[in-house]
Amino acid sequence: MRRLNPKILLILAVVLAAVANVFSSSINPYYYDILITIGINIILAVSLNLVIGYTGQFSLGHAGFMAVGAYFSAWVTLNFGFVLGATVPATTTVYVLALASGGLVAAATGLLVGVPSLRLRGDYLAIVTLGFSEIIKGVIQNAEPLGAQRGLGGIVQHTDIFWTFTGVALAVYGILALVHSTYGSGFLAVRDDEIAAEAMGINTTKYKVLAFVIGAFFAGLAGGLYAHFKQFIHPEGFNFLKSVDIVVMVILGGMGSTAGVCLAAVILTILPELLRAVSDYPWLPEPVRNLADNRMILYSVLLIVLMLNRPQGLFGKLNFGSRKS
Amino acid sequence: MIEFLQQLINGLAQGSIYALIAIGYTMVFGVLRFINFAHGDVYMLGAFAGFYTAPKLMGLFGGGPSYAGAALVLVSAMSICAVIGVLIERVCYRPLRQHPRLTVLITAIGVSLLLESGGQYVFGADPQAFPEIIADAAIEFPASWGIFSTLTITIGQVLVVGSTLVLLLVLRTVVLHTRTGMAMRALSLNPMAASLMGVNLDAILSFTFAIGSAMAGAAGVLTSIQQPSIDPLMGINAGLKAFVAAVLGGIGNIPGAALGGLLIGLLEALVVGYVNPTYRDPLVFAVLILVLLFKPSGLLGKPEREKV
Amino acid sequence: MQTPQILRVLALAASVSIPVFSAMAEGEIPVGEFASLTGASASFGQSSHKGTELAVEQINAAGGVLGKKIRLITEDDQSQAGQPATIVRKLISQDKVVAILGEVASSKSLEAAPICQQNKIPMISPASTNPKVTEVGDYIFRVCFIDPFQGTVMSKFARGKGWKKIAVLTDVKQDYSVGLAEFFVKDILANGGEIVREQKYSTGDKDFKPQLTSIKAAQPDAIFVPGYYGEVSLIAKQAKLLGIKVPLLGGDGWVGDSLLKVAGKSLDGSFFSSHFSASDKAEKVQNFVSKFKAKYGEVPDDMAALGYDSAMILADAMRRAGTTESAALRDAIAGTKGFDAVTGMITLDANRNASKSAVILSIGNGGFEFVESVQP
Repeated sequence: MRRLNPKILLILAVVLAAVANVFSSSINPYYYDILITIGINIILAVSLNLVIGYTGQFSLGHAGFMAVGAYFSAWVTLNFGFVLGATVPATTTVYVLALASGGLVAAATGLLVGVPSLRLRGDYLAIVTLGFSEIIKGVIQNAEPLGAQRGLGGIVQHTDIFWTFTGVALAVYGILALVHSTYGSGFLAVRDDEIAAEAMGINTTKYKVLAFVIGAFFAGLAGGLYAHFKQFIHPEGFNFLKSVDIVVMVILGGMGSTAGVCLAAVILTILPELLRAVSDYPWLPEPVRNLADNRMILYSVLLIVLMLNRPQGLFGKLNFGSRKS
Repeated sequence: MIEFLQQLINGLAQGSIYALIAIGYTMVFGVLRFINFAHGDVYMLGAFAGFYTAPKLMGLFGGGPSYAGAALVLVSAMSICAVIGVLIERVCYRPLRQHPRLTVLITAIGVSLLLESGGQYVFGADPQAFPEIIADAAIEFPASWGIFSTLTITIGQVLVVGSTLVLLLVLRTVVLHTRTGMAMRALSLNPMAASLMGVNLDAILSFTFAIGSAMAGAAGVLTSIQQPSIDPLMGINAGLKAFVAAVLGGIGNIPGAALGGLLIGLLEALVVGYVNPTYRDPLVFAVLILVLLFKPSGLLGKPEREKV
Repeated sequence: MQTPQILRVLALAASVSIPVFSAMAEGEIPVGEFASLTGASASFGQSSHKGTELAVEQINAAGGVLGKKIRLITEDDQSQAGQPATIVRKLISQDKVVAILGEVASSKSLEAAPICQQNKIPMISPASTNPKVTEVGDYIFRVCFIDPFQGTVMSKFARGKGWKKIAVLTDVKQDYSVGLAEFFVKDILANGGEIVREQKYSTGDKDFKPQLTSIKAAQPDAIFVPGYYGEVSLIAKQAKLLGIKVPLLGGDGWVGDSLLKVAGKSLDGSFFSSHFSASDKAEKVQNFVSKFKAKYGEVPDDMAALGYDSAMILADAMRRAGTTESAALRDAIAGTKGFDAVTGMITLDANRNASKSAVILSIGNGGFEFVESVQP
């Protein structure tokens, strides 16, 4: 089959999201919630995949960037939500600007984290990014205008299927287009052999920082979508566990496989909800329901078993398009 | 002045705990070059091992608080943790030895999450009261010491610092003066050359995990003497702090881990006492980042060059 | 090969999200509950859940309400932010619950409340004490008193005792603790008292000697520690070790199974405010305590009592409304007056907060003793 033009697909996806949005009121709100969460998780996973999967830089602090985007964009709409008036187009404009600025501030934070972390690799980098995200959390916990430890509420719900999946389309398209461009092969070179890449005249520093900045931008965007969907955000929602969640999506999907990572994000969002349904069936034997209730145990066992048996991820080879990554 | 001195004493006792845990991180990193994320949870298991064995073992010595009984509880918790550590390595890390470190790190995070959520399931989420194996009390100083007599040093603090010192000395002897210790050092210097020289990699790794986990188990019991409330999530925070301590001292370097632990303990006590406790965790991480940026080999570690 | 992959993803998403219809028998009233059954705040969530479960069991054993049995559908939010919103949407749209009970932690209730409000499903929080929770809207209620009240209960008590120099030790990770301290300090300062030292800690801390050393140096008459029992028990123990002899004062967060087990005698002579006292001789309380012990083998704490009351108040409102239709049920809950609950006579005020008395208990002889009751 001939490869379709990615740009056409991008437009198609946005149009599809717009059409789906028209029917959103007839979707069961619970499924609607899951659908939006899937979208947000795809953006998070795909953007982290750029850092881990394509560039080989192990980051354990993605939730920190998400927090920056979530808090900044929420702060914008809470304080400037009606500066353009109270009409739908006006508030929507502010919302979109808030999302974009949330992403940009997160990207700036990414730069802040990326530059000093350049000298580190592997486990060290993982710990430093974890440290940075804890510091971000600590700053928020001490910031009174952001609700500090109480959390930030009263955020108006703006996020819907259209905006979420437009975000997904942008993230997927943007990152795929980037790594598949001639320019973008530098990312893969850094991942595959940093020293060789350096020797070939590739500016590895630039690529690493760029991966961090772009990854952080989309994480911030996802944070903004999240804040304007849940309407309440709390520092603990962006903790270490959230970062691990995103890392697992990347690992499960297969590092460097955008399609696989998307699929993993979908599965890892739906699976816990299915387990919820399992524990609701009264006729199931008690131990089964107990186990389903303890999803964290199940999750960690799955993680270990997966790593031991398929460390390349479940869908290691799956990818959009036929080009090798 | 007295308050400052008191804060130093407080920090020293807490730092000893970090030092004991940090040793496990640093030893494993020394030979395997990876961060054993589940190590903090082994410390938690040490506390629970003490919790479950104490009633039986203390019974041997009349049931009340006694030093002999406490020593026995300490040893039993250390042994249990050593076995757990070896098991974790065998089941979860050994099959992945040839894989990228990233894979092992993820597995370690999985093990950590499993121990925490499994701990909540088995032990219950509620904090448990650790039995009183030593009658902890403040040591009275003679009034003739002037203002120094207002200092408070507890038996628990003395025991923690003392036991840590003893354990560190034993460890030093093992590492420096036994064949196993020599093999361990050889491995951390150059794994390939060491195995060519006939070092049994599997055995040494098991031994490393056993020692590191035993130290964490000791820390679990020692901390519970001073702070007798234990819960399945207690290892998260202590583990992170101890890890920072290991990096600060120079990861892979055992005296460095001990030094780093003490420094982190002191830093924490001073930040909490004089600045603001909310900044304690961010500051500890800031220390970590600064160390990694400006002296990645840590205070006592030797710089290492990336080889092609 | 692009489109088929995407289609496959979508097909998978669609196939797994095929509605899983809950077996809903006619003649049952579905009531939702969300709680932290696992994760960091599991000890509180499990307690309140047990209380709620017991209440529903008793209501059904007595014939249910409106001729129907109540079916309690409980979901675990794993103590994770982001979960309550999803769960509440599930309970409302999938399980078609008529009302929702939860949560203990204010931050979780604050996340769920806007969704209950938008869907016009009454929500009763058992123990979220942050004033903001019920401010979300007119469908949000609580059966506990709020921070401003409880904070001043203890400060009035301290003033009555003639304690002028007070130190405060707050858990900055709990808005509950911060809230209590805020109103306590305000009241003390407004009445000529002095706050000699303010120290802080975070949930999960084990070593409080640095803070206590600083507090000791300030020589207070009493120390206000509005935290949870896990940390308070260690604070008390370490305070005694450091030679601090003044009483500690606290709030309802002190009540927990392990408080005295860990603290031993070091809390003797301290005081705290609470919702109820398990040693209360009132028949209602004793009945609850003995039933709870029989079912779970432990003495109920405040969270359990509040979880119990939240379900009982809901059932009472259903009876008075004569229907489970949302507007009528909301009005009936709002009209709760003088309901004789385990945690006292509950009247819901115009702000949908429970207005009821607090009790002050003292600690000694390995147990709690009733000191006095404080009216709002």
